[in-house]
This record gives sequence, structure tokens and C-alpha cells, in this order.
Amino acid sequence: MSSLRVRACPHGPLLVRGADAVVDEEGTEHPVTRPVVAVCVCDRSARKPWCDGTHKSVRTSAT
Amino acid sequence: MEIPPPCGPLSTRVVEVMSGRRPSLEVTSGQGSVLNDRDVQLALWLIYELSYRGFDGVDLALEWDPDLVRLRLRLEQAVEHELRTATQARVENALENGGDVGDLLLQMVQDDQGPPLAAYLRRDATLPQLQDFLRERSVQQLKESDPQAFLLPRLRGEAKVALAELQYDEFGAGRPERLHQTLYAQSLVAAWLDPGYGAYVADVSAMSLASTNVMSMFGLNRRLLAAGCGHFAAFEASSAIPSRRIAAGLDRVGLVAAAPYFDEHVEADAVHEQIAARDVCGALVADDPGCLPEVLFGAACVLHIDALSATELMTRWAAESAEAPTEVAS
Repeated sequence: MSSLRVRACPHGPLLVRGADAVVDEEGTEHPVTRPVVAVCVCDRSARKPWCDGTHKSVRTSAT
Repeated sequence: MEIPPPCGPLSTRVVEVMSGRRPSLEVTSGQGSVLNDRDVQLALWLIYELSYRGFDGVDLALEWDPDLVRLRLRLEQAVEHELRTATQARVENALENGGDVGDLLLQMVQDDQGPPLAAYLRRDATLPQLQDFLRERSVQQLKESDPQAFLLPRLRGEAKVALAELQYDEFGAGRPERLHQTLYAQSLVAAWLDPGYGAYVADVSAMSLASTNVMSMFGLNRRLLAAGCGHFAAFEASSAIPSRRIAAGLDRVGLVAAAPYFDEHVEADAVHEQIAARDVCGALVADDPGCLPEVLFGAACVLHIDALSATELMTRWAAESAEAPTEVAS
């Protein structure tokens, strides 16, 4: 991959392109296995560091 | 694939055409829902399949047979009319809310209060019910993303790039063993079901056929391009959280080996919903703001069909358990 590109989605995850791995808070390295990955920023995902869509139910219950 | 058995006058005549005969394909307008009419949906599915992988021994030229194309257009007209009527309020509500197309699409899916099928599959469904669910979805999932591949040559610029990126992932990202269709076939095998393409066409409900047929209708008619993109976005957006629940349900009844397909879709669709809603549909609407209602129409179709399909399954299961209380108790 030539370059790393990160994009923030409104009320959603970071879309990361061109990464080989994402390192979480504990320093564990999670290899990237798809062309684009969604990285959790709401801290609610059950699959961190990856987004699992939980931010949507969080927003629903908050409103 | 062999031609599946017809289930009514219309699908019988389509099968006759495929067998080399020439029955009249005139349709008289029926009463009631065409989405829920299994004969209509099977007839449509048979005609569409000629544009995918076809049937053993059936003349390849029938894909563009004028009589079959005319019948297809006639049935599509009825399906589209029913869908437009059923989704009108949802589309108008979303348009009133206004705002960014990506937000509108994701919000529409999020606000949807459909029947709690995924929650039921996670907590309560029996092993045969989970198998039934896998079987019903198989007709659609074994050709996952194929209908949307027809959208690609009709898009340009950013929307085309985004759809291609998304489909590359759906089609295995360069690794045949990751092809989503193959992952679904593996789930079927793990649940002691037939992984053959089209193996359960003869068994599934009208709604399961309608669900895949609507994708083909959007894919094969360029005038419905924007609806096809909106449909794809809503389809992806309504999949991540249910996939997690379904995977948990499969684990619960011991079908652990059937879960990887759904596990894969938790993470994949969290990505895909963003790309489909914000990049594919976002670029499409930026290019042609007038197509926003069509994008929303396509999205609303997913929610309408999913609700009908979930209701059908849950009603059927409730009736089965009511009929066989002693079996359940033993």
C-alpha cells in the first residue's frame, strides 16, 4: 500500500485505508485484512479496535 | 442449476418457454400484493436468473427473448408500483428531515422499527428455525453483491470508485476463500444444509424471492440506478448489528461453524454502510441532487421488504410451535 488515509465519519467510525495494522490501547497489534477498515471511536464496540455498529444503538438510546 | 419446479400458472408458463415451448405470456392484473405472490416472484426470479448463471440445458439466447423481457417489464411495473406506494410516507418523512444524504440514509435505517427477527434469532430461535432462516436467506446470499455489480458501469467518478472498493471486499479482496458467497455456502454446510447455488429456490417463501428480485430489478434497469444505490446502502446499514445477533444465536444452538459468515459481516458492514451511504450515494446525489428521492426510495424498499420477510418468518414459526406443543415439551 502506498499511503495511509484516515477519514472520520460523522457520528461514526474512522475509515482507514492503506494500513497494515492497528495497535490498540494495550499495545496489541491487530492486522488489517480488508481494503478499508472502520476503527471504533465511541469506545462501545464489542470488537475493538474495529467498529461493530454499536454507536447506532448508543445514539438511539440517548435520544 | 436445474430449473426449479413452478408453483402457479405464471411460473409454469415461464418454465415452458425455457423448455422450448411458446405458451401465451399474457398477464391479467391480479388482486393483492405481488411481493407476497410466490408465483409472480418465482416467474420473475426465473427470468432474472437467465442474466446470472442460467439453467442447465436452457437456451442462452432466452435472456433477451422479447416475450420474456416483456413479461419481466410487466411484472416489474407491478412490483415497483407496490413498493412506491408502500414506501411513500417513509421517503417523504426523510425528505422533510433534510440534510446530508449519508446521514439521511443511516438515520432512516436506525429509526426503523421492524419486527425483532435478529433479537429472536439470538435469544429464542430453535436449531430448526435457525436452519430455516439460513435456508430462506440462501437464495439471496449465494449471489451476494452480484446484482449490485450491474450498477458499476452506470456510475462515474467517486461513486464508481467507492462501489468498486466495496465490492472488491464483498468479492473476497483478491482471496477466493474470502468471497462472501463462499462464506455463506460454508455456513450452510456447517448447518447441515445444501450449499448449492439455487438449491432452495423451490422451498423458500415469496418474500425471500422478492428480496433478491428487487435487487435484480434495480440492477438491470438503468432508470433505477439511484434507487439501486440507496437500496445497497440501506442493505449494508441494516446488517452489522443483526449479523452480530445472528452469529450469537448460531453459537447458542451449537452451530458455531455456521457463524463466521455473520461474524465477518459485523466488521465488514460497519465499513460498507459508511462507504455505500456517504461515498456511493453521497457522490451520486452531489452529481445530481434531483435523484435524492430515488436514493431514499431504494433504501425504504429494504426496510419494507425486510419487515414483510421477518413478519412472515416469525408468524410461520409461531404457528409451528403452537401446532406442536408436545414435540417442544419432549
